[in-house]
Amino acid sequence: MYLTDEQQAILNGAKGEVMAKVMKTLVMYGETFGADKMVPVTSEYNHLVTSFGLKMMTPVFDLMQQLIDAGAISQQQFSVDPRPVDKNVPANFLQNFIFNNIMYSKQTSYEEQLKQLGLMNEDAFTCACYLDQVGNTPKKGEVLSWAESSAVVYANSVLGARCNRNSGIMDIMGSIAGFVPHFGLLTDEGRKATWIVKVACKKKPEAQLLGSAIGMKVMEDVPFVTGMNEWLGTELNDENKAYLKDFGAATASNGAVGLYHIENLTPETKELGASLVAPGARVYVIDDAELERVKNSYPVIWKDKNAAPKLCFVGCPHLSMQQLIDWTVNVEAGLKASGNRKVQIPTVFTTAPGVKKEFEKTEYAKRLEATGVILSCICPLMYMNNPLCGKMPVITCSNKLRTYTSSRFYTEDEILVKITKGGK
Amino acid sequence: MREFKGRVVAPGTVSAPALVSHGGLNTLASFQKAVQFGDKQATCGDQNNPDLYSKKMKGTALCLPQTIGSTTGGLVLYAAASMDRTPACLLFSKPIDSLAAAGSILISVWLDGINMPVIDSLGEEFLDYVKDGMMISVGADGRVIVE
Repeated sequence: MYLTDEQQAILNGAKGEVMAKVMKTLVMYGETFGADKMVPVTSEYNHLVTSFGLKMMTPVFDLMQQLIDAGAISQQQFSVDPRPVDKNVPANFLQNFIFNNIMYSKQTSYEEQLKQLGLMNEDAFTCACYLDQVGNTPKKGEVLSWAESSAVVYANSVLGARCNRNSGIMDIMGSIAGFVPHFGLLTDEGRKATWIVKVACKKKPEAQLLGSAIGMKVMEDVPFVTGMNEWLGTELNDENKAYLKDFGAATASNGAVGLYHIENLTPETKELGASLVAPGARVYVIDDAELERVKNSYPVIWKDKNAAPKLCFVGCPHLSMQQLIDWTVNVEAGLKASGNRKVQIPTVFTTAPGVKKEFEKTEYAKRLEATGVILSCICPLMYMNNPLCGKMPVITCSNKLRTYTSSRFYTEDEILVKITKGGK
Repeated sequence: MREFKGRVVAPGTVSAPALVSHGGLNTLASFQKAVQFGDKQATCGDQNNPDLYSKKMKGTALCLPQTIGSTTGGLVLYAAASMDRTPACLLFSKPIDSLAAAGSILISVWLDGINMPVIDSLGEEFLDYVKDGMMISVGADGRVIVE
């Protein structure tokens, strides 16, 4: 890989041992993937995946401290994934004790580290940093050093930015150095689709289910999805952006997709059309039966498969403003239809702090509160990652949450019935 | 006995019994018990991986196509390695993915004294041939002997 004189000097230790290690990390990363050079990070902000002060991750915090002590600070401010705890989310005494005193006992000290490294602000804790109310929305063509699989796939696909599926820690290394190795999704060739996915459903496919099916099939490859204009049209409006947010998160967590193209909708397909498809691309046809097959393939690992749900999470990734409004209206209607005043299962909607603040200024906030739904900025995934929650029958319409936890997946319509009508 | 040749991502030599995943390894889901709940044997917690679910990964020669899932993958591997809760080596049939590569590189650059060879591009035939429990020897030049 070609290095400039300055980059070579850093690698040789001109800026100290720690910066040399940062450089070595990036060079090895690039060489592993055949990068030809380093390119500047051009986005205004970075986004980090590591938001949790998990006691067992002490080695990671030690590494962060090495960076801080050596003055190897991020050249960009950054947002970061959601916090793992929120006192408003239902938890019993034992759970609260374990969360705050054992599992996440490093949360306060880690957040101090994040401030020293360049955290944007106190509200910068969300996986959906690209939402308008958060303010970390890269422009088309900008080069990023982000991690967080759902954010990376959104930035690449919906915004047209360029970012590899960087791991945690690697994200901040690129930001500290100010450049990242040029390979994969940063290149024109790496953004070509090696799968054509033909959607032939008779009704609008559930975003999280369609994304799951595609992720499981194409894994890390780039899919070019056709047949969606009937359902989504050709404009990237708020509704479509929210759909693609959830769709992409499922492709990235159920597989390893870092970029997808939706014909006539996402920015690169509007410019380049079918030329984005690489020669020899394989074909995957998805119809309603295929989606049903995929849904039925999900294992249910509850101890009692027929248990009544004790908690419901909606919002992984975090909900947009429009999604919050839509869910509020739908929950109200569901409760009215079933003759209930409050949700029948403890239910938590999760969103970004900036979105929550804006939502609370609207009439819908009081209306949502009246339904009994709790609005939080927590990371449901981190909330569930403990032995106590692991045994709880939790339901969700997030395929990402299902993948990483013991929660059980239902479609949005099914979730709505369960939380408003009750029953198993 | 069969010999396969791959590319060295992280150098080292080791011998260990094989543990085989034909699907992608979801690093966060698989190592959750190891890094979050103190499971020293690194019992796989990925419900979507029938090949590995509930099996102990520590000390094995983990044979897999690639890793998938959350971009915490690299730092999870890094944390697991610093706690001595990783497989003895990682053997990829495909070219390595960015998350596993990051984990391997972070371990190599930032942790002293960890020997976890990582070899990729061993080919589909490798994954077809190797079975759980077979003894695997990894050479410094990327040679992998399965017997």
